[in-house]
Amino acid sequence: MKNNKPILVLNNIWKSFGGMMSLSDVSISVPRNRIKAVIGPNGAGKTTLFNIISGALNPNKGSIIFEGQPINGLPSHKRTFLGIGRTFQTVKLFKQMSVRENVMVGRHCRSSSEFFSCGLRFPKSRIEEKKITERADAELDFVGAYDMKNQVAGSLPIGLQKTVEVARALATDPKLILLDEPAGGLNDKETERFSELIKKIQERGITVLLVEHDMRLVMNISDEIAVLNYGEKIAEGAPEAIKNNKKVIEAYLG
Amino acid sequence: MDSISFASQLFQYLITGITVGSVYGLVALGFNIIYNSTEIINLAQGDFVMLGGMSSVFFVSVLHLPLAISIILAIIFAFIVGALFERVAIWPLKNANQVTLILITLAGSLILEGIVMLIMGKDPYTLPYFTGSKTIFLFGAAISPQYIWVIAISAITVASMSYFFNKTITGKAMKACSDNPFAASLMGIPVKKMILLSFAISALIGAVAGAAITPSLLMEYDRGPMLTIKGFAAAIIGGLGSFGGAIIGGLILGITEALFAGLISSGYKDAASLAILLLILFIKPQGIFGKE
Amino acid sequence: MKLEKFATAAVIIVLIIFPIVASSNDNLSYYINIMTIVGIYSMITVGLTLLVGYAGQISLGHAAFFGIGAYGSGVLTTKFGIDPWLAMAAGAALSSVIAYLIGLPSLKLKGHYLAMATLAFGIIIYIFFKEADFLTGGPSGLPDIPGISAFGFSFDTDLRYYFLVYAILMLEVIYSNNIMKSRIGRALKAIRDDEDAASATGVAVYRYKLKIFVISAFFASIAGSLYAYYLNFIDPSTFGFFPSVKFLIMVIVGGLGSLPGTIFGTWFMTFLDSEWLSSIGSLTTLVYGIILLILLMFLPEGIAGQYRKLKTKIVMRKNEK
Repeated sequence: MKNNKPILVLNNIWKSFGGMMSLSDVSISVPRNRIKAVIGPNGAGKTTLFNIISGALNPNKGSIIFEGQPINGLPSHKRTFLGIGRTFQTVKLFKQMSVRENVMVGRHCRSSSEFFSCGLRFPKSRIEEKKITERADAELDFVGAYDMKNQVAGSLPIGLQKTVEVARALATDPKLILLDEPAGGLNDKETERFSELIKKIQERGITVLLVEHDMRLVMNISDEIAVLNYGEKIAEGAPEAIKNNKKVIEAYLG
Repeated sequence: MDSISFASQLFQYLITGITVGSVYGLVALGFNIIYNSTEIINLAQGDFVMLGGMSSVFFVSVLHLPLAISIILAIIFAFIVGALFERVAIWPLKNANQVTLILITLAGSLILEGIVMLIMGKDPYTLPYFTGSKTIFLFGAAISPQYIWVIAISAITVASMSYFFNKTITGKAMKACSDNPFAASLMGIPVKKMILLSFAISALIGAVAGAAITPSLLMEYDRGPMLTIKGFAAAIIGGLGSFGGAIIGGLILGITEALFAGLISSGYKDAASLAILLLILFIKPQGIFGKE
Repeated sequence: MKLEKFATAAVIIVLIIFPIVASSNDNLSYYINIMTIVGIYSMITVGLTLLVGYAGQISLGHAAFFGIGAYGSGVLTTKFGIDPWLAMAAGAALSSVIAYLIGLPSLKLKGHYLAMATLAFGIIIYIFFKEADFLTGGPSGLPDIPGISAFGFSFDTDLRYYFLVYAILMLEVIYSNNIMKSRIGRALKAIRDDEDAASATGVAVYRYKLKIFVISAFFASIAGSLYAYYLNFIDPSTFGFFPSVKFLIMVIVGGLGSLPGTIFGTWFMTFLDSEWLSSIGSLTTLVYGIILLILLMFLPEGIAGQYRKLKTKIVMRKNEK
């Protein structure tokens, strides 16, 4: 029996910094296994929204419900464990570690050998290590970055770093993945490849929520779009409806 | 002990506390000047104080110069050392991370101590009292005139700094730099020079405190670190980055420490001050007038 | 690389053979003492490598844990007649608890605040060692600390103690190496490289910082107990601010995050301190300062970093051919 309930619901989110209101009464629901985009002019509050979902920030008011459970106040790493993965607008790879090690860290919340087991190299830790390596390699292969698995992450060009960051997020076994401007700084060809990748992610049964400025990418792959402006949600719906929405056009031109 | 004596005792502790607190306040002021322009915590701050005292001693004892001249030379010398330190060790690494920069100031502290130890050895030194050592009696308490000097000199230094930062062009430019270095540079303010000045002035302030306190409390090559951490405590109590906070924090720390030393235990007084630092860091790291 | 395995084996062989040879030679036997101290210090710096080099946290007060182990052992054996091994365990437990209590609030602080908190804590402990003379003997130190023995075998010669220390050090090194190569090591490096990304990738950042802080304190404490039983006398000056700085410098010399680098750094700085500079006694502080400055300004990756760069150059040159 298919679960039709939304995987993520944000209810009446308010967030202010100092005196500035970053998000005003934003309510968004993310349908399961769909690709949903959040767009809006710069400063509209999109990354703040992501930070609130992933747990990097807490809202002043409002609730975040993931898989039917409220996750307000839950620390980031616990949300990852529950199934929320993310990438960052400014790629935040572990620059001094290899590509493969970066993705292996993604398996951290899906493994459990601790200081005793690892320090004394118990069989459990060795078995886990093998599984971690295999799964990391699989994800690297999935995103097409397997060949650079031994390179130092910080030495890669930005497009490849973004790809590796996605692999790392995928390695955490997310049910929902937050992609923060995945096409930022990419050329047309790279953007096209990312578009394909996002569709492949959806095919795995993962829900995708992305923040993006590249309108072509957004219109191309999104099933649904929400538009923020000055911290408020001004429109939400199918791509065609959004494209012709007067308020949206005004927000971008005004 | 009748109650009048006890009150006199308390008053004595108070004066001691204000005196020592003035020194802490000056160290904290130096911290804040550097922190405001660079966000660096200067672990060599206390060593500037030591430098002020020790070089004064050098000029007096080795070169046999008059006291006043020696102190002025010592202050100028510290000013130069502060500037040199910034040029050689700080500016080239301005993009390094916070911890690296702290460790660089730590290295600077070790180098200053090492050089002083080489030239002057490990013994404590003293300077002649500025106006003699004849005790003044105030409210039944025996006060050393040198303490009055320390308090007065500290007050004058603070007033001068206030005037400098609020009324002179250079000072106002430095303030602008610390508030918003990008905007400041757009307005033609040479940020590089301002940072250099902040180190030099911090060193100068420290040296003033060092020279003033040496007659009473002596000075030796390794006095720096304790002064540094207490100055930092004073800065944190008042709120890192706040000038007024530095002075108030220094006085609070000094008086608390003196009362603790007098009433509870003088052996553990430093531990008490450091425990206060830890408490503030854990509970209210912004301090009294904290910036963010 | 085969060369590295060969080098490691060579070092181990030298470490085993040298003391045996030296013990019969009057001139050389003194070096057994220094190398034993190097071994003890290495226990501290290896733990510090995990904390500073891997997790990226700073501690300017680690000599305090060294001291808690030393004084814990010293006091429990001399004043309460407790068995040295038990006293060592008690000292380690005490160190771990104190590290946990101090780490709990401190590790929530970032960068310079953490540095100052550890600095302050270290000095507070040092002051306690100096002032609580009814327990610790005060500034003049704690004498007549017994030696240590196991199953009737007494470690009462320099040679025996040397091997005891290096056996325990070896265990610690193997343990640490295993940690570094495991998911925990990766988690720690992730914390060092980018805490926010680590958290978003499922790493419980704060919990790991705390655990590694406690582990490094545990190792330092064991080292302290062994130090006390070796010299049979301890005094507060070994456990103050400058020693904490020295240990940190040893780790930085080695190149944060490299075990062989750290052990080299420990060996190098200890020899520098006790041997090469001792004749010009008053140069120590200055030289330490200069070395630290040079490292931070020009060689931030320490010896291990230089070695890595050299290796890369050699590999590249080989590929060109």
